[in-house]
Amino acid sequence: MSATAPTTPTTDAADSTARTRALLTAADPRRRRTDRTMQVLIWAAFAVAMAPLVSLMWTVVSSGIGRISMDFLSLSMRNIFGGDPNGGIYHAIMGTLIITGLATLISVPIGVLTAIYLVEYGKGALARAVTFFVDVMTGIPSIVAGLFAISLFTLILGPGVRMGLIGAVALSVLMIPVVVRSCEEMLKLVPNELREAAYALGVPKWLTIIKVVLRTSVAGLTTGILLAVARVIGETAPLLVTVGVTDSINFDPFEGRMMTLPVFAYRQYSQGVAPCPGGESASCVADIAIQNAWGAALVLIVIVLALNLIGRLVNRWFSPKLR
Amino acid sequence: MTTTVSPPPAEAPGRRRTRRRTTDRGFNRVFRWIAVGAGVLILAVLAAVALFLLQQAWPALTAGEDELASAVPRFPDDTSLLEYVGPLVFGTLLAAALALAIATPLAMGIALFISHYAPRRLSQLLGYLVDLLAAVPSVIYGLWGIYVLGPAVQPVWAWLNEYVGWFPLFAGPVSPTSRVLATVSVVLAVMILPIITAVAREVFLQTPKLHEEAALALGATRWEVVRTAVLPFGRSGVISAAMLGLGRALGETMAVLMILSPGFLYSFRILDSSQHQTIAAYIAADFPEASGLAVNTLIATGLVLFVITLAVNMAARAIVARRKEFSGAN
Repeated sequence: MSATAPTTPTTDAADSTARTRALLTAADPRRRRTDRTMQVLIWAAFAVAMAPLVSLMWTVVSSGIGRISMDFLSLSMRNIFGGDPNGGIYHAIMGTLIITGLATLISVPIGVLTAIYLVEYGKGALARAVTFFVDVMTGIPSIVAGLFAISLFTLILGPGVRMGLIGAVALSVLMIPVVVRSCEEMLKLVPNELREAAYALGVPKWLTIIKVVLRTSVAGLTTGILLAVARVIGETAPLLVTVGVTDSINFDPFEGRMMTLPVFAYRQYSQGVAPCPGGESASCVADIAIQNAWGAALVLIVIVLALNLIGRLVNRWFSPKLR
Repeated sequence: MTTTVSPPPAEAPGRRRTRRRTTDRGFNRVFRWIAVGAGVLILAVLAAVALFLLQQAWPALTAGEDELASAVPRFPDDTSLLEYVGPLVFGTLLAAALALAIATPLAMGIALFISHYAPRRLSQLLGYLVDLLAAVPSVIYGLWGIYVLGPAVQPVWAWLNEYVGWFPLFAGPVSPTSRVLATVSVVLAVMILPIITAVAREVFLQTPKLHEEAALALGATRWEVVRTAVLPFGRSGVISAAMLGLGRALGETMAVLMILSPGFLYSFRILDSSQHQTIAAYIAADFPEASGLAVNTLIATGLVLFVITLAVNMAARAIVARRKEFSGAN
């Protein structure tokens, strides 16, 4: 691998090359040492980065798996207090799915159309501004997105309002730039020959975009959207300030508070240890809230990883083989 | 296949770019306006974020000190809004700067590993693995930080305090709970690693092959190739990557909220608890219970955060854009 390793000489020429190389490398061992040291350091950097990933995955799985059961996945926390080990996260799962789904419904048309604008029409100052501000928007802190959404709806509906739709708006502020970015990359991959072939057949531009460009890149677009969903589905802070919390099932994003998985995990964590007056028993587990938090974390991470995996596989399996 | 396509001769062949102009009618025009509208909408949303935050923050910005002190629970007497936000801004910047100091060298190492050191076949897979770190929700980082990382690094903090205690950052008593800014910074560093790595990796991969081969031809070792060809080429890219990471770290909420035991001081003692608080965590902690003017005050602090991150991100993007124009690759 490295240039310093001597190769076995087979011919005279190779032999002399090897000797020259050995001479060159032996002349300055300090340089070789530096090279080795840096190589070790760079491998170590990668190992250090993998350590938290492995530790985190292991912790989530090992701490969360014990709480997962049919009841945990199909019950809500209504009328569950203290150390009661019953109840589950059904309301949080449904809340997460509804709010994220709504956010996707808002973000995908805007995001994809903006990507189309940037790739197919974008020229001049407006396109440059959109590109720049989409990049800037990627960096909006999630809590600020939440504050924006709640400010907007406070203005319309009065103070103290909490509902799923506000959370969806906050999430879509975070999601749109991600969708635009990835869809733009995918649309750029569509070869120009396809567009030109369509134009040559007299197909108008809008039909070319819909029937040729989008058709060709549909796998890539799906991947981009799935990855964007995976990114916002774990957002906690904006939902904490916009949607609030509840222990009951609420399917209506236009009315009342909703629970979501990340917020549920946070709430259970912050409840801490429950008092058990009669000691620990089957009906009172002191650290049940922490167990609930880990259980919700496990379900959440499984959803996120599944979205990531499906996204990558869709792209690998369904994208047209270019060239 | 590669014959030069001339524009349809039937329609005004004399002008350049005739295609768009002459066929831009009917549904073509409608579709174009829809696409342009989506682009404009994004600009409008960003403007709306700024406007609505400003509008909701306005009552707090204009209220008197006494009014704020009576309406906002944690508001000390006889301070202006600016003095009140000051320690929060300080805590936010300190946490993000520390996270950046940890993450940048590490991310450069990982990016170099993926782009130049790892076996070619594995590099894409390794890239995915690093990206997975970005996919983990922040609330899970919070749980992990408090239950796994905190206890694990507590002895390290104690050691640092004992032997390097003369350094202002490591001075003071060490919290036994490890709910301190140092732990938060480590978690933030892990969270921003993927974004810095991703950008740095892209830049390193763009290093002109000829530069690297020239260095090799002069007898450079692999590290010397990296030092003389790859790093100089990627310098501005790494700087902007670090700034993107900084923007991320500034706005991170949940990990800070769950790990840090908050305080409101201008303090450099990152190993002691109840010293610092960040803007984002402060908002998330107090918003659910706030009402009236307290909400406006929280939104005003959010506005401050928005302005800081906006400035950092715009600077980073401006550097990237400039690099594109003057990149050595062309």
